[in-house]
Formats: sequence, structure tokens, C-alpha cells
Amino acid sequence: MKNTYIPFQMKVKKIYTESPDRTLKTFDLSYVNKDDKFNFLPGQFCEFSILGKGESPFGIASSPTEEDILKFTVNRTGSVTNEIHYLQEGDIVGIRGPLGNWYPVEKFKGQDVVIIGGGFAFTTLRSLLVYMLGHRKDYGKITVVYGARNPDLFIYKDEIKEWEKRDDLTLHLTIDNPVKGWNKLTGFVPTVTKEVSLDPTSWCVVCGPPIMIKYTLPVLTEIGFPDEKIYTSLERRMKCGIGKCGRCNIGSKYVCIDGPVFSYEEIKKIPEAL
Amino acid sequence: MRVLKLSKKDEKKLYDVLNKFGEVWAPVPKGSRYVYDKIEKKEDLVSYNEFVRTILPIKKFLMPQDFNILNLSPSKFETPKVDIPTRVIVGVPPCEIHALNILDKFYTTDFVDNYYMERREKVIIIGKSSLPDEYLFSHKTNTSIVEEGYDLFFIDLGDYYLVWVGSEKGDDIVRLGSDIFSEDVPVDVAHDFVAYREKRRKAFTKHIDLEGVTDLMELMYDADFWDEFGEKCLSCGQCTMVCPTCTCFNVIDELELNKDEGHRRRYWDSCMFKDYSLVAGQHNFRESRAERLKLWYTHKLKAFIGHFGSPSCVGCGRCIITCPVEINVETVVEKLKG
Repeated sequence: MKNTYIPFQMKVKKIYTESPDRTLKTFDLSYVNKDDKFNFLPGQFCEFSILGKGESPFGIASSPTEEDILKFTVNRTGSVTNEIHYLQEGDIVGIRGPLGNWYPVEKFKGQDVVIIGGGFAFTTLRSLLVYMLGHRKDYGKITVVYGARNPDLFIYKDEIKEWEKRDDLTLHLTIDNPVKGWNKLTGFVPTVTKEVSLDPTSWCVVCGPPIMIKYTLPVLTEIGFPDEKIYTSLERRMKCGIGKCGRCNIGSKYVCIDGPVFSYEEIKKIPEAL
Repeated sequence: MRVLKLSKKDEKKLYDVLNKFGEVWAPVPKGSRYVYDKIEKKEDLVSYNEFVRTILPIKKFLMPQDFNILNLSPSKFETPKVDIPTRVIVGVPPCEIHALNILDKFYTTDFVDNYYMERREKVIIIGKSSLPDEYLFSHKTNTSIVEEGYDLFFIDLGDYYLVWVGSEKGDDIVRLGSDIFSEDVPVDVAHDFVAYREKRRKAFTKHIDLEGVTDLMELMYDADFWDEFGEKCLSCGQCTMVCPTCTCFNVIDELELNKDEGHRRRYWDSCMFKDYSLVAGQHNFRESRAERLKLWYTHKLKAFIGHFGSPSCVGCGRCIITCPVEINVETVVEKLKG
């Protein structure tokens, strides 16, 4: 019987420093053994292990359309993420996954999609965006609202520049407070969401810090999005990722196996979800 | 299902039969309480008429309090090779067998937990009915009578035990012990059995009225009494440690001094602990004790039904006698019922 607690090995292929303060780094991992390669969909996550330092869950930032790598963006904030930041290209790490459910990309087919993200939580949203751009003709209008505290804290800045050039994608970038030289939007994500005249017949995916999600979802309702067409991804403490350690339990759900992706309709039935 | 008889005069021979299948473990006194311990001599295997509440339930055999789940080395992650002895656990009460059935369901639904399964296969359950003490309320949680989950099950009817055979392993035991287990079970034992059942049913004195609590958990989610309990709670986590259906664990890595090798440890955790729901960036989803208490009781009395079809409280009464500040199923249900 396969032991789902045993990670397989991946090699750090490339490291990108995302922010000048070096708190955000992205790691491209390549498979050491081809047999370990797995299929996944945007929104799923993995448990990322470093020998002797522990294991933490991270959303997969790469898209299934990007061959042979897995991408993770990690904010340096605790003991495991600190160790991840010390990694060098060529180092070996442990991965368990794919875990959890995914954004309902099948339901999105032929439909307009709005993506709303905040800060370094844009990871699985990148996966979703790159996936939809990779199957561009399957989807209608794609609109992105992406906010960060300041211009330095956007992740995937080079790709954002590429996305801005595209005419098949509308991108609204916003920062919390005005900064000299910033000529895009200013204001918190919920406020900007209200201002950019989104089409409530679209499907909508929201991911960001807990506080951002909490204040953005009601705004979407106000605009007229039905609960069942709004999706978000929840963050919780997790140890196992397979519904056993108990920590991510909310109501009668486990975020790791019943989520992390939930519709607003489902979330409203779980008292402590937001 | 097969039912046999074991005469009390042959009771002392039971140990030798069971010992052929593995180590014999049973409740033994420890201070004023009991613990499941290894029985080395047949004289030490004692059958109790009254309910015996061990400090820790049988989950301790299936999910050790602290163990290594992986050996770590620069080249690989490996499951440690451990020799798990077969244990014949004698005197397990019905409510604990219900808890075991819940654990079985929990550890095999969606994903199978290998560590649990390899221990589960090494456990033989010899259940036993007994008369309730003042704290047992399994009659209110529908867990006072057990129909599955044991290998053998004993009911004391005075001069003899009725022995239910619940599995192939159980069948092997009675075959090997054919000189003490008698197939001669006349119809009239039914009278003794019915009389015992009736006596036992009437002996329950802890009447916690659980009817409707699932809905009340929802309606009373924001009630003030949660904060009152929160004020009192010590976050000691004893309720979760002694609960036969609590399964939460934490996982940490430890390195040897050479920094190249180490192991991944898994140990019992408690949702009463402050860092239970703490995530990166110091965001705590359950900062207050009241929120953590609500999680536990929601999980036990309501949420578990959504997952597995039944509440996960089996009425063993451990939380009632363990909590130092009287926060337990009884006092919570009292508040829920206003």
C-alpha cells in the first residue's frame, strides 16, 4: 500500500527573487524521477518538505500547461519558509501532491471569468490565468484585479508586463496607498473591485489574505454576482493534507480535501470559514 | 453470528488461549484509575463487572502518542521499519468499540492512513459488556450495545459468559480454545440474557439529553455561554487526549547532530492549544479559547455527522471526569438546552 505521507524528490531548477526586500521568492522545481510526475489543475496545492526542517502547504503557482516544472512562491515568514528561502539551485526538496480540489475550470468554459487577487496569494491565480491563456479560445473575456500593498510586492512582475500587452486580457493593478511614479489604480482590493465595473454574469475567483477575501466577497454580491459563481481558496494550518491531522477542519469540512477551493454558496454554510 | 459459552470455571484458561495469538493487554488498576497494560501472568487477567474507564482509550494502540513516521536522509524519505506486536486487548467496553469503528472509518475514508492500518491489523479486540458507573452515558449516544468491530465479545451471565464471535480472528480463537468454549448454548439462556440487558439498561444513571443538540449547536453558535466557558478553560488539552475519537496530530522534523539525518515525528495534538490554527504571518483563525471550544463541540456533536453519518461522542464520560474546570459534554449540553 502506497504511503501517502512519503514525499518524492524534486530539484530546485530556478529561483526568482520577487520583491526587493527579498521576502518573496519563487521556486521552479523539476522532477528527479519522471515517474513522480502528476497531473493537476489550477487551485491544487502540495506539501513542500525540507529535510529536517518540516513540511508546509503551498498552492501550485505553475499551470498544468507548463511542462515538467512545479512553481511555488513562498513568503518568508516562519521556520519552514525561512529554510525554503535558503535553498540554492540544484538542491533537493520533498513534495507531496497534488492535494485538494481545484478551480472549476470546466464550468468556466465558454464563459467570462474575473480573477481577483491580493499580494503573494496570487500563486494559484497565476496557475489559473496561465492555464486559461494556454487554452485561450475555450474562455470568454478574462478580467484580472490584482492588488498589493505597494508596487514592490506584486509577484510575477515580468509576466505582468507581458499580460499588460495582451489585448485578450483586462488587467487592473492597484496598490493600497499612493506611491510616486505609480500611474495605475490606488485603493484596497474590495474598493477597486467595486469601481472597475465588473460584469456580474461572469464567474469570479478570489484569492488573497483572509481579510481581503472577507471584504471582497460581499462587494461581489453587491455588484450582482450569484453566490454559486463566486469561488475562493481558503488558507488554514495543515500538517497532513489528506484529512487526518484535523487542523484545517471548519464546520463539517476539511480545507485540505473538501477545499481549498469553495464557492461562496458553500462558505456561507460554514460559520467560521471567513 | 456464532454465540458460544465460556464457563466461569474455565475462565483462567482463557489467558493461555489468547496468549497464543499475541500479547494480552487489559485494564489494570493504576492509583485510583485504570490503564490498559500488558498482562504477563494469567492470574492478573481480571474481569470487572462494572464499567472500567481507563485513563487513555484504546486509540493509544492504534495511533501512538509520539512516533517517527519517516526517516530522513539526504537521499530519501523512508518509512521506519518497526516491529508492531500483535496485541489481544481484553475487556474493551462497547462504547470504545464504537469509537474504534469511528476511527476505522475516519482513517480509511478518502485517504488511507498507513500508520493506523498497520497497527489496526495487529489488534485483536475482546469486548466485554459491563454495568454502567455513574458517569457512563453511552445509552444516550446509541453506543451502549455493539454489533460489530470486535473479534470476540463477552457478556457475563453469572456462572458463564456468552461469547459472540465477530470476525475470522475471533473464530480462530474459539477454535483453538475449543476445550473451554462450548457450542452448547440452549435456548433458555435467552432469559438470562434478556434479564441482564434489562438490569443493565436500568443501571444507567447519567442521563444527558442529547436529542436535538445538532441543531442547537447551530442555533447557539453565538451564545454567551461559550465565552463563559472560554474564560474558565485552561487550554490544557486533556479532554482531547482522553477522548476515544480525538485524532488530531502535529508533525515536526528533527535532525541528528550531523544535520544529514533525522526523522519526522508525529504526536498527539489538541485543538485546545493556542497555536492549533495559527498560520504563516501570525494569523490565528482561533485566537480565543471560546472559539477553540466551539470547534471541539461542533466537531463532536455536529460536524462529524456531516462526514461520517453519526456524532463522534460515544458517551464514555472521560471528559466529565477529566476536565479540571467542568467543561464537558454534560455541562455544554446543559447550556445548549438552556
